[in-house]
Amino acid sequence: MTAVTLNGEAHELPDDATVETAVRALGAPDDGVAVAVDGEVVPRGEWARTDVREGQQVEVLRAVQGGA
Amino acid sequence: MLEIAGRRFGSRLILGTGGFRSLEVMAEAARESGAELATVAMRRVDPNARGSIVEVLQDAGLDILPNTAGCFTARDAVTTARLAREALGTDWVKLEVIGDDRTLLPDPAELLEATETLLADGFTVLPYTSDDPVLARRLEDAGCAAVMPLGSPIGSGMGINNPYNLRLIVEAARVPVVLDAGIGTASDAVLAMELGCDGILLASAISRAADPPAMARAMRKAVEAGVEARRAGRIPRRHYARASSPEEGLAELERSEQEAHVPDTPLAAARRSR
Repeated sequence: MTAVTLNGEAHELPDDATVETAVRALGAPDDGVAVAVDGEVVPRGEWARTDVREGQQVEVLRAVQGGA
Repeated sequence: MLEIAGRRFGSRLILGTGGFRSLEVMAEAARESGAELATVAMRRVDPNARGSIVEVLQDAGLDILPNTAGCFTARDAVTTARLAREALGTDWVKLEVIGDDRTLLPDPAELLEATETLLADGFTVLPYTSDDPVLARRLEDAGCAAVMPLGSPIGSGMGINNPYNLRLIVEAARVPVVLDAGIGTASDAVLAMELGCDGILLASAISRAADPPAMARAMRKAVEAGVEARRAGRIPRRHYARASSPEEGLAELERSEQEAHVPDTPLAAARRSR
């Protein structure tokens, strides 16, 4: 298992986990979301071939209400 | 008509979407405001969240302008802008880099740094800035598509605290000036446009009003009124009155003092001594 921090919470992902796996684990939709791993943006087209390693921080964001 | 970086908007009002109690109220207010552009923030995915703000705004005919609200460093703001570009497919960003969590005032040094990084990365940058004319010029010189000075702190509703500075920014700017933050009610929006701003961005004044759609309508009218008044050219301020009716042909309606048997009054005495 790969222990990662997913949107601020500890998660156990399978050994061969990718960014795609992480997004699925959160139950996030495909559209309108973006991912950063350790502060670096991973483009949608690279989710499936970008491994998530032990201890990494994965942030999955989407648009919400906001603005002055 | 507001034109930013070659894109034309029929409305000079940009709607911030923070603070609405529901997406339904937000959509109704958006329609009433006439806005064609609305800001959104980027936050962690909540699988239990109901509805998509992007769909609701697009259904109401608005384009999306992501912001970097909540970022305190250039690095965080740059990453957030890149995430927004990835999630929303736009390279426009309303850049906010906050320097103080009580006033939410911008951090000028971090703001300039983030601006330069994002411009080099191909973004169209609309920076939320203080009302400092020199900082506004630095942002414009860096290549920002507009400058967005505050009227007063975000959500404060204090209106325009320093109209003089705002006027200086407007006079010098060669890019659109969009007043961002501080508007409390319609008269503040009128003043912004009278001072020569090209547009305003507001959220709380509408979203936290008792009746958001009604306030949105008031703001739309206020922006139109302010623009018209500025074009029409206001009269100069004077210290004393200037009669608007002609003095020529004024009737003499009192008899001269010798003949008058009416008691003297202070007003009559004052008129005699003039």
